[in-house]
Amino acid sequence: MKHTLSVLVENKPGVLTRVAGLFARRGFNIESLAVGESEDPRLSRMTITIDGAEHPIDQVTKQLHKLINVVKIRDLDPQHTVTAELMLIKVAAEGDKRTDVLQIAEIFKAKIVDVERRSLMLRVVGAGDKLEALLELLQPIGVLEVTRTGMIAIGRGRG
Amino acid sequence: MTSPLKMKGAQAIVASLEAEGCDTLFGFPGGVVIPLYDALYDATSLRHILVRHEQGAVHAADGYARATGKVGVCLATSGPGATNLVTGIANAYLDSIPLVAITGQVRADLIGTDAFQEADVTGITLPIVKHSYLVQSAAEIPQVIHEAFHIASTGRPGPVVIDVPVTAELAELTYRRPDGPHLAGYKPTVEGHVKQVRAAARAILEAERPVLYVGGGVISAGAADELRALAELVQVPVTTTLMGLGAVDEREPLALGMLGMHGTVTANYAVHECDLLIGVGVRFDDRVTGKLSAFAPQAKAIIHIDVDPAEIGKNVEPSIPIVGDARYVLAALLAELEKMERPAGRTAAWLQKLEGWKTEYPLHYEQPADGTVAPQFVIEEIERVTGGDAVIVTDVGQHQMWSTLYFHYRFPRQWISSGGLGTMGFGLPAAIGAKLGRPDKTVIDVSGDGGFQMTMQELATAVNYNVPVVVAILNNGYLGMVRQWQDLFWNKRYSFTCIEVQPDFAMLAEAFGAKGMRVSSSGDVGDALREAIDSGRPTVIDFKVAAEENVFPMVPAGQSITEMIGGKAPRKTGGAKP
Repeated sequence: MKHTLSVLVENKPGVLTRVAGLFARRGFNIESLAVGESEDPRLSRMTITIDGAEHPIDQVTKQLHKLINVVKIRDLDPQHTVTAELMLIKVAAEGDKRTDVLQIAEIFKAKIVDVERRSLMLRVVGAGDKLEALLELLQPIGVLEVTRTGMIAIGRGRG
Repeated sequence: MTSPLKMKGAQAIVASLEAEGCDTLFGFPGGVVIPLYDALYDATSLRHILVRHEQGAVHAADGYARATGKVGVCLATSGPGATNLVTGIANAYLDSIPLVAITGQVRADLIGTDAFQEADVTGITLPIVKHSYLVQSAAEIPQVIHEAFHIASTGRPGPVVIDVPVTAELAELTYRRPDGPHLAGYKPTVEGHVKQVRAAARAILEAERPVLYVGGGVISAGAADELRALAELVQVPVTTTLMGLGAVDEREPLALGMLGMHGTVTANYAVHECDLLIGVGVRFDDRVTGKLSAFAPQAKAIIHIDVDPAEIGKNVEPSIPIVGDARYVLAALLAELEKMERPAGRTAAWLQKLEGWKTEYPLHYEQPADGTVAPQFVIEEIERVTGGDAVIVTDVGQHQMWSTLYFHYRFPRQWISSGGLGTMGFGLPAAIGAKLGRPDKTVIDVSGDGGFQMTMQELATAVNYNVPVVVAILNNGYLGMVRQWQDLFWNKRYSFTCIEVQPDFAMLAEAFGAKGMRVSSSGDVGDALREAIDSGRPTVIDFKVAAEENVFPMVPAGQSITEMIGGKAPRKTGGAKP
């Protein structure tokens, strides 16, 4: 089962290296990792997704807790979590294909953020499976370049 | 200093170390730490020991920490100075030893430019530290050093690296003593969960064949008294790991000796047949458990007490986990058990069985046919001559295992050895650190001819500061432990384990200004040890021991700990230990 960890860390130099280094040397594979400042500028929030079937999640969180700069860890319950990921896609879009791309973008509420003679750039926000579905549809048309932020997540309600 | 509180970063380092109660540090100067050494030149309550190689500094600080329970401190310059500390930092990390390593770094504005003697020390040491700091400005030095000592010495202890750019040593700051560590993410659990402690107490009283399996966590927590009281109250036998030696007095009937790869037959059988295993300050290391699936197969319950939550369930899933400091948890457990009704003689049959094994499978060795000295006999003589009261430091290899087996350890911090990392070259510098920390104790460094040659330059340090350690080299002319494996598992193909060319160790010692001795017959062992101790000088004794003696019992790597080689031969000479 996929686990989403919301990890509050001190906003200090080298903290990302400590977390990434820990995962590497303990042999934990990170599926995605996104990091940015939290509501408190002294703290950053990392959203880490990891395959719990592959690694005992208990050992992952305990090892993370041993890092002095890690302040708090939550293993988010998927039922009560809002997740989002941002993706930019450059698609080859000449002639008839242009209309196809625009239609697909419309369905997925993707924004056209750059228009060139031979390509279009889409920006889309959503959960992982939505982004996958969009990519699948665009693939036959001609995906030139993709970049994704990795998932960010936050628990619903207070606290 | 322009005013009493204004000082340079370098002076703030010295002031902060003194404020933390540091009285001894081990170091070696270099370009970027000249300002710090200039400040040390004026230090009055801080003793700096100049080693001959930075590896000596870190091992000496480690030995000092193990002998005293205080934080060991070492100091090195940037680049090669700092990288020479790496082995010793890893050594302290694996054995959870409180250590602060201060390294110089190039000027802050040069970091990242491949400047002269620049190395990314916080990066290099990242996987082997409890925490590390790259100091950004002089102003943060007092807080950083305060936090470093706090982190190194609390919870599960470990090494902390502080990398200080020379610019921070030179810049001025207003020195203020920190009002405490401010570490939002660091709050080690000290007291065990009450319900879990209660569950553990019940399990102990239900068990008929319980065993306490205790390790370094008991030593670092200072929990030996609580452990003894508990073991005696509920009559539970105790086996220790290599790191736990000294947690119980091994002359006591409840003591089973060390368990694991080179453990006693009784200890390994006891764990195999126990119905309750109580792990305290241990980590179920592979050298202890052997084949994990065959470890303690009859245990209906496993209690695991450790201050580090990540150790619980890492290798073995306990039925009753208790996170907390060993001293607090054992005290709580003891209090709980004292309140409960305890059926008398519940473990009597079990203890009787263990006594039977002790008689049936004692340690044994034979006198070498070639007339050389039996290495085990040297260890027995060390115990006899010192009355068992000496601090024993070792290097790594066969002599280390004989030292675990043939000496009865009596008190915590009596035994100082590189456990987790198995660092050859640890012995001599660690012994120097231990002796400086415990000048009241006789300190014997049992070493091998291989390991001694890795850090033997520290004899100069011992002579320089007149640190009268006695180095007992069990000289068999081999890298003996590897040779033993080649003997037993590699068809006696002794590939590069014979040390064909060796210095004359006694003459070498004399060249350093130490006392050098050599012993080649059993009758002289005791007298030589006595003479060395009485000389009050750093002394090296070259004991010519049997060349191809093996350490037994032995559990081959990866096998069940009941699969012992050489544990069952009849008793011939020596070896009163279980």
